[in-house]
Amino acid sequence: MNTIVLAICLVAGIGLLIGLILSVASIVMAVPKDEKAEKILEALPGANCGACGFSGCSGYADALSKGKAEVGLCAPGGEGCAKEISGILGVSAGSMEKKVAVVHCMGSLDNTSYKAEYNGVRSCSAAVKIGGGLTACSFGCMGLGDCEAACPYDAIHVCNGVAVVDADKCKACSMCVRACPRKIISIVPLKESAVMRCSNKDKGGVTRKLCTAGCIGCKKCEKGCPAGAVKVIDFCAVVDPALCNGCGNCVENCPQHCITEI
Amino acid sequence: MLVKSLVAVFLAAILTENYVLCKFLGICPFLGVSKKLNTAVGMSVAVTFVMVLATAVTYPIYMYILVPSGIEYLQTVLFILIIAGLVQLVEIILKKYMPPLYQSLGIYLPLITTNCAVLGVTMLVLQKADSTTAYDYTYLHALVNALGAGIGFLVAMVMFAGVRGRLESADIPKSLKGLPITLVSAALTSLSFLGFAGVVDKLIPLA
Repeated sequence: MNTIVLAICLVAGIGLLIGLILSVASIVMAVPKDEKAEKILEALPGANCGACGFSGCSGYADALSKGKAEVGLCAPGGEGCAKEISGILGVSAGSMEKKVAVVHCMGSLDNTSYKAEYNGVRSCSAAVKIGGGLTACSFGCMGLGDCEAACPYDAIHVCNGVAVVDADKCKACSMCVRACPRKIISIVPLKESAVMRCSNKDKGGVTRKLCTAGCIGCKKCEKGCPAGAVKVIDFCAVVDPALCNGCGNCVENCPQHCITEI
Repeated sequence: MLVKSLVAVFLAAILTENYVLCKFLGICPFLGVSKKLNTAVGMSVAVTFVMVLATAVTYPIYMYILVPSGIEYLQTVLFILIIAGLVQLVEIILKKYMPPLYQSLGIYLPLITTNCAVLGVTMLVLQKADSTTAYDYTYLHALVNALGAGIGFLVAMVMFAGVRGRLESADIPKSLKGLPITLVSAALTSLSFLGFAGVVDKLIPLA
């Protein structure tokens, strides 16, 4: 009888003691909760994609409430989310451009070919380690779908050997940009503008042999651009979306048809 | 003799009596948090911290309260209670006074509240204290054992995080993808630790 009473008293006593210490500690050492950050977290889409550059949605919400981050970095949330957050913070939202991912390659199986048969792991990052990748062009899309696997919105797919972005579904979270081992995907503003669809930096003659849609560095686009938005660097044209006014001259002039509109 | 036995206890806790790979305690975080190296290290540091702290509190309670009163059978209930309360307290203190450490350990602390590896370390050390005859098993030995167990956990986690990193780009048969191959590789990793059997006794003879 005595030991039972002792046992009960001991467990209850220690339990009470711990409870007491914890409740005192939580009052004495209370950390003021950041209500703003919690509200912002609710407004964010919760995809934890990291497009804002912070560690997930909660990291971005914390930085916002402390004034360390800009409103409108959340690409998946878009304008609606930016408005809601600026409402919580009491600042003006500013205009938020809708952005989209583009693949700078049109090397589908009709235009180019593989240089070898590849039976290894179906992943671009694995294939690129073997002899510089399986495609004839050492800059272009290998079509094994690392971007497709990385996309949380089902917006990028490999069609006929080359990755294609579905602009309606794309939220510009840049997961595919990071997944691509050849770095041929980038995020551009979704507006009327030209997009370079080739990343090949080989000399014109070499490119011509590899791919029928490859940039040969002829500079017709650069000469014809009234806004100075197209520059040929290392035998490959680059369109600066900030300068491009969407006139379409380069799209018409390109003999290889490797500049297109978005 | 004291130093020698302390080193022996420390090495044994890491290698021959590794809590994850030899005693199969704490498998849940071992499989759950070992996908990336930095989360694996963060979790292990938190576990080590709690193991040492829990042993520091539970060992005297057992030796000076439970044993004299003859109610040793209460250890499981009491230890869970104490460890859970302790972890909560540590979390509150860290949040207030060491925010950077809280940022890195914070998410793992609630996970360890009733982790079986932590409970195992505090309870198995008592068995050992009763059965060891070669030297006096003291409070210091118990603490060193807890530290070793935590570092053993870290070693296992880091090793396994490396193995899983390799698995990610491996060509795995469809039926084995995910948890099956993880369990198979965990078994192989544990098998490798069997090779350490007896190494501490031979290195540091205590008898």
